[in-house]
Amino acid sequence: MVLPGTNIDLFGEIRIRTIKSLLFVLLCLPAAWMLFELLAGRLVEPVEELTHGSGEWALRILLATLAITPLRKLTGWHKLIRLRRMLGLFAFAYMVMHFSVYLVLDQYFYWPEIVADLTERTYIIAGFTCLVLCLPLAATSTDGMMRRLGGRNWKRLHRLVYPAAIAAVLHFIWLVKADLVEPAIYGAILVLLLGWRVRESGQRRTHKPKTRSTPIMGQG
Amino acid sequence: MLIRTKPDLTENDVTPPALYRQRRRFIQSGFALAAGALVPGLDAAAATLEVKKFVGLGTSRYSTDEEMTDIEAITNYNNFYEFGLDKDSPAKLAQEMKTRPWQIVVDGECTKPMTLDIEDVLADFAMEERIYRLRCVEAWSMVVPWVGFPLSALLKKVEPTMNAKYVEFHTLHDPDQMPGQRRGLFGYVLDWPYTEGLRIDEAMNPLTILSTGLYGEVLPNQNGAPIRLVVPWKYGFKSIKSIVTIKLVEKQPVNTWQQQAPNEYGFYANVNPQVDHPRWSQARERRIGEMLRRDTLPFNGYAEQVASLYNGMDPKQLY
Ligand code: HEM
Repeated sequence: MVLPGTNIDLFGEIRIRTIKSLLFVLLCLPAAWMLFELLAGRLVEPVEELTHGSGEWALRILLATLAITPLRKLTGWHKLIRLRRMLGLFAFAYMVMHFSVYLVLDQYFYWPEIVADLTERTYIIAGFTCLVLCLPLAATSTDGMMRRLGGRNWKRLHRLVYPAAIAAVLHFIWLVKADLVEPAIYGAILVLLLGWRVRESGQRRTHKPKTRSTPIMGQG
Repeated sequence: MLIRTKPDLTENDVTPPALYRQRRRFIQSGFALAAGALVPGLDAAAATLEVKKFVGLGTSRYSTDEEMTDIEAITNYNNFYEFGLDKDSPAKLAQEMKTRPWQIVVDGECTKPMTLDIEDVLADFAMEERIYRLRCVEAWSMVVPWVGFPLSALLKKVEPTMNAKYVEFHTLHDPDQMPGQRRGLFGYVLDWPYTEGLRIDEAMNPLTILSTGLYGEVLPNQNGAPIRLVVPWKYGFKSIKSIVTIKLVEKQPVNTWQQQAPNEYGFYANVNPQVDHPRWSQARERRIGEMLRRDTLPFNGYAEQVASLYNGMDPKQLY
């Protein structure tokens, strides 16, 4: 239903706002659950469980962030874009939690080992790469920053999310000991999401000259 | 003088808290059991759930006096890939494993090969408590009060020949009971059955035991019931669980993890803070139940007893 005298789609507006609020609560739940289990003393090895929990949620939410654009195109429901920033920031928050658990609980600021990890161990380097690539994205996520950078630059900068996601999946693949199934599932989802984009941009490139040249020729 | 009463398995008369919980769980499933009374065979299954406690256990000078890890942690935080990859899945999935009847074939390079029934093992060998540190290759550790007897006592019975240079062990291979052994999306997680090995002098070392219990009670399934190896100066994966074969061999066996990733896991797997795993440091470890890591000791603190076994060998070869 479009409000008379405006172009506001009221039901769509209500729907996206409801979804966004629900999603917000939903995305808080894993952290709340981990905190509850920790405080209730239900974690046998808290450090490991918090590391794994936060890492997996960071990756899941990161992939969900990347799924927004394809979903938008496939469903034609463009309001979905309004979930993307929140998803991205939640992914980042879980990454920060993950890294904090490592830094504080796991290593307790024991620098010799942290430095060795960050320089010698490929899976840690991959994880760290993801985190570092996401830093500028989180920092420029506000409307103000978006305006200051200008749409095009902002978009270009935010393409860093692709190498970040690749690094995150590599981090997971390189850390498992025997069973690749779980990281492979995440990897397959990432390949799908990136593959879709490659195809899209390919199509855009082949279609562009035609659609543009027709009117020009018509005018001439 | 050390008085050793012959240990005996008896019905437990005082129920410790952990067992109390186990029983309660047992009672909760009483509905199913009541129904089971009508079905022959189910009572037998119920009988194997009976709580058993060792009495008259000997003590050992090899025991550490460090604080023991909580039994809840020992029985809920397990690497036992036959029952899944998560630490808590063996506790859930191993409960159905049948540990009676259970036979252990001891053969190979020996003059008296034999097949032992677990009941005979429990009756014939003097069980003692051995409180050992356990150091996992994943850089965590526990202190576990095992119940068991020296592996050497069993090996002497079969009279190894001069060709017996190594001992090879196998875990039960039964995908029906062990879901982790079934084929997954990418084939098998490990090349089953789980295989481990020791050099004969390592096997004969008094620290090396076969364990049949912990905390004075029969070994819980998730900890490798009914009988497992414990080699406290080596990373935990050497201490193979739920053993069905013990073979004396001439050639060095290829243990499962070595086969899986030869650049990460070797045959010896002696705890060594100076040789890092390719993906993480072995310099420190987290004792389960503690937050901050502590330093890892060479040979997991058992250097006095075992360092001499490796005289003249390059420690880098001993990962
Ligand atoms: C400096 C950055 C990072 C460090 C130091 C780090 C460290 C770790 C460590 C120590 C583990 C556990 C390894 C093990 O159990 O053997 C782990 C697991 C994991 N991490 Fe990271 N990580 C980092 C960044 C990231 C990022 C950015 C993501 C995702 C976006 C991520 C996702 C994961 C996942 C999915 C796991 C596996 C969880 C599981 O096994 O269930 N990590 N990380």
